Parts: sequence; structure tokens; C-alpha cells
Amino acid sequence: MNMQAEHFSKVANSENFFRKLLSLAGVFIIVILLAILFTLFISSFPAIRTFGIYFFSGSTWDPVRSEFGALPFLMGTLATSLLALAISIIFSLPISIFLGEYFTQGGKATFIKSMIELLAGVPSVIYGFWGLFVMAPLVRKLELSLGVAPLGVGIFTASLILAIMIIPYSASLAREVISLVPADLKEAAYSLGATRLEVIQKVILPYAKSGIIAGILLSLGRALGETMAVTMVIGNRNSIPNSIFSPANTLASIIANEFTEATDSIYLASLVELALVLFLVTTFLNTLGKWIIHRMAVNR
Amino acid sequence: MESYSVKRRIFYDKLFKAIIVFLTFCSILPLFFILFFITSKGISMINWDFLTQLPKPVGEWGGGISNALIGTFLLVIIASIFSIPIGILTGIFLSEYRNGQLAYLTRLCTEILQGIPSIVIGIIAYIWLVIPLGSFSALSGGIALGLMMLPVIIMATEETLKLIPDSLREASLALGVSYPRTVLKVILPAGFSGIITGILLGTARIAGETAPLLFTAFGSPYMNYNILKPINSLPLVIFNYASSPYPEWHKLAWGASLVLIILTLILNLFTKLVTKKWKIQF
Repeated sequence: MNMQAEHFSKVANSENFFRKLLSLAGVFIIVILLAILFTLFISSFPAIRTFGIYFFSGSTWDPVRSEFGALPFLMGTLATSLLALAISIIFSLPISIFLGEYFTQGGKATFIKSMIELLAGVPSVIYGFWGLFVMAPLVRKLELSLGVAPLGVGIFTASLILAIMIIPYSASLAREVISLVPADLKEAAYSLGATRLEVIQKVILPYAKSGIIAGILLSLGRALGETMAVTMVIGNRNSIPNSIFSPANTLASIIANEFTEATDSIYLASLVELALVLFLVTTFLNTLGKWIIHRMAVNR
Repeated sequence: MESYSVKRRIFYDKLFKAIIVFLTFCSILPLFFILFFITSKGISMINWDFLTQLPKPVGEWGGGISNALIGTFLLVIIASIFSIPIGILTGIFLSEYRNGQLAYLTRLCTEILQGIPSIVIGIIAYIWLVIPLGSFSALSGGIALGLMMLPVIIMATEETLKLIPDSLREASLALGVSYPRTVLKVILPAGFSGIITGILLGTARIAGETAPLLFTAFGSPYMNYNILKPINSLPLVIFNYASSPYPEWHKLAWGASLVLIILTLILNLFTKLVTKKWKIQF
């Protein structure tokens, strides 16, 4: 009897231990995230204290005179990401309609799906390398014919590369949402005599709208933080870009270029503050996108 | 008039479908261009020496990427040791306590962690490990990559374990098997394929990453097995050679790109095979 009781208490102990271990793993992730946020904040504090709001409005980034204004990089990031987003939607939306409505299964669907997956799997440094040696010369020709300075590298080239890179992300989410549109809604429209185009226009797209927007937000989050490909083709110039062909820098590319050179502490703190901004903006976009998807799933 | 309008609607319908198909095929063209260019430029570089020799200094022709191959392998190993155990445990936690308050927070943090730009992860690893240890190191690079791999494994584990029917767990518990044993010996093996897929996906995600390594692993021209010293990796080699002004180094970079692309393609293919072969079916 006593032995049995002992055995049970042993089992109960090991159960308790196991449950605690699992919870501990869960807590660990939360701690990691908080530690990341805390680290970024503490390390960038000297810059936050010294420059305050000027950090976001100043247009001079001069490590020699210890003057750090991030406006050029904010503008560069915004310009490249939005342009890339606009270009990518032209292709990602058709892909998602192709896979979500016209060809939901079969050979063509499998082919396109695996190609898109491969596109997502190409490392970003290879996109950058290819962009630098293949895309940039093409853009240079375009610039020559347009009469702008033929640099080849710049916001436009970076946006093109970035657009190719984010197509898979917005396409895959939009496809999922489009294929979730209830069949009876579509059938009702067909029975009223609508053509397929009209069903897509008036039933599918309105129904899937918020999911498509969520996909766009998530791919914007990726575009903002993309580093290597952009660093290699954007031209790296620390002033406010004045046209879509001019060389610039993004938040991520300036960090990649200058972080190892940053010797004095205020320089380092300013670069970490850029990382903090990047972290907060991408987290906001991702959380918003996920929240929209979650709300859609609950409503259904 | 009526028939005209119907004809027009049908015409627009067909036109729209043609545009959709056209744009879809257009958007996969870049993939072929990239694969074609890398293969045509890189294939002449690939030979036994390229894979087994160390890089040579500027001016001397030849040299290989053996240290980068070893380095990539070491970095992936360090990342896996860090992220796989924690990832699987957290995944189990999320699927076992799916409605709890703590699980909700953990899930939120996992999603945020997945969205953090890789360059920010690099800075974090720099502040956490490079500054205290006093030098760039393979360890810091591996941990940075591990932080990126972690959310992928957590989510894959959670998604897989959620699909396992309750009857399996109940059958095990009804036989008097304790709760930890049920999880470890019944539920986890049933979700094995999904977890392996997650690990492979995570590996594919980090194998080509460069940004987090720029100021952690840093790169080095020597062969190195010491995890506290700087180490080279394939993506770093490509970045450093591609942005150098020497045409010979560009050629090396094309070769390294081809090797990297083949590696990631194999990983992707392997993941697909695993998913197909061991897919859970109930």
C-alpha cells in the first residue's frame, strides 16, 4: 500500500515537473522577446537622449561631426518598399486568383506553386548579386534612354529586386483567402448569370478584401526589413533621394554598411536606434496583419 | 443590343483570364533568369579544387570555398542545438495549453519574433555575445541564426501536434500511461513528420541568411573549427566577393552562388519528400 502511494506521488512529481518545463519554455520565448526590445532600447538610449525628435527630422548623417539625422533613410526605406509593393501587387494578385480560383489543382497549379516556393527560397544575397550584375546594367540602359544619370543602382533597381522577392509572400496569403470564399456565394452569383470575371469582381474580391490587405501588410513588413539584396543595389548614398532613380540608403542597408565601422558610442547608439525603429515598425505591421487574419477566421 | 452586351461580357471574361494567366507566368520568369545566369556563370567554376581549397589572396588565381562550406555547416549545427530543443518544447506547450493566457502571450511573441528583420537579429547577437566575448565568433552567428530558426520550429510543432486526434491521447491515458510519457511516446512520435518538416524549413531559412552574420560570424579567410573565432559562410563569401572590385572574385562569387542555390534547392526538395512520405493521415 505504502509502495503504491509512493509510486503515485512519484508519477505526480514527474508530471508536475513536465508541466513546469513546458511552461518554462513558453516563458522563455516571452523573455527573449522582451530582452530584445530592452536591449535595443538601452543600447540606443544615448542617441535617443542626445538627438530626441531631431533624429527623425534631421537630414544630415555625418559620423565625423557626430550629427545623426535619419530622415534620408526613412525616406529611402519608404520609397523602396512602397514602390516594390506597388510592382509586386501587379503580379501577386493575378497569381493568387490563378491559384485560388482558375486552377485550384492539377498540373498547372502544382507547377506554379512549386515555382513560387522556389522563388521564396532563393537566398537574398543571391537576389542582390544577380540584381547588381544583371538588373543594374539593364536599368542603366533605361536611364540612358531617359536622360537621367546612368548609375544603374538606386531606388528603382532596389524596388524591382524587392518586388520579385515579396511576390511569394503576398501571393500565398491572398490565395488562401480567395480559396476560402464559400462555394454557395459563388454559385449564387453564377446562377444569376454572372460571368466568372463578374464573380471574381463582385463576390470573391470583396469577400477576400481584408485577407488580401493583411497579406500586403505582411509583405510590406518583409520589404522594410530586407537587407542584403537592397544593400547591394541601392547605391548607398546618405542624402534624401530626389528621384526614383537616385541612389539612397534604407534603414537596413545603412546598418549593414556602417555597423562594423561605428567606433564611438554615439554612432553605435544611433545605428541601434535605427534598428529599434525598424523593429517597432515591422512588429506593428505584422501584428496588424495577423490580427486582421485572426479576426476573419473568427468571423467565419 | 442585348446579345451584343452578353458577347461583350463573355469577351471581357476571356480577356481577364488571359491576362491573369499571362501575368502569372510572367512572375515566375525572374526565377528562370536567376537560375540560368547563376548556372551558366557558375558551372565553369565548380570542380574538386573549388570545393576543397582555401581562398587565395587577391592577385593569385584560384582558391576555393572549403572554409565557407565547413563554416555554414558549423553555423547551422550551432543554430540547431540552440533552437530545436527549445522550439519543440515550446511547440508542445502551445498545443497542450492552447487556450491559456500564457500560451496566448507566447504565441504572440513567437509571431513577433518571426517578423523581426534579420539585420536586427544580427545587432542583438552582436550586443549579447560579440561585445561580452570581445570578438566576432561562430557562436554568436549560430545563436543569431538559431533565433531566426526558433519561431519556424515552434509553429511547425504546434500546427502538427494540434492535428493529432484526442482519441490517441485518451487511449494512452486510459491505459494508465502518465501524462509526460503520453506526450513523449505517443503524441510526439505521431507528429514526427511535421516537426522534421519544421526543422528542415528552418534550416532552409537560415542557410542562405547573410545579414545576421555580418557582425557576428564576420567571415574569415582561414579554416576554423573554433566556435569562439570568426568563421566564414557561403552567403558571406558571396556578399564579400560580389561587392569587391576584382573580376576574379566575382567569378568565385558566381561559383559560390551556384553551390548555395543547389544546397537550398536540395533542402527544399528534401522537405517536400519528407512531408509526402510521412504525412500524418487520420
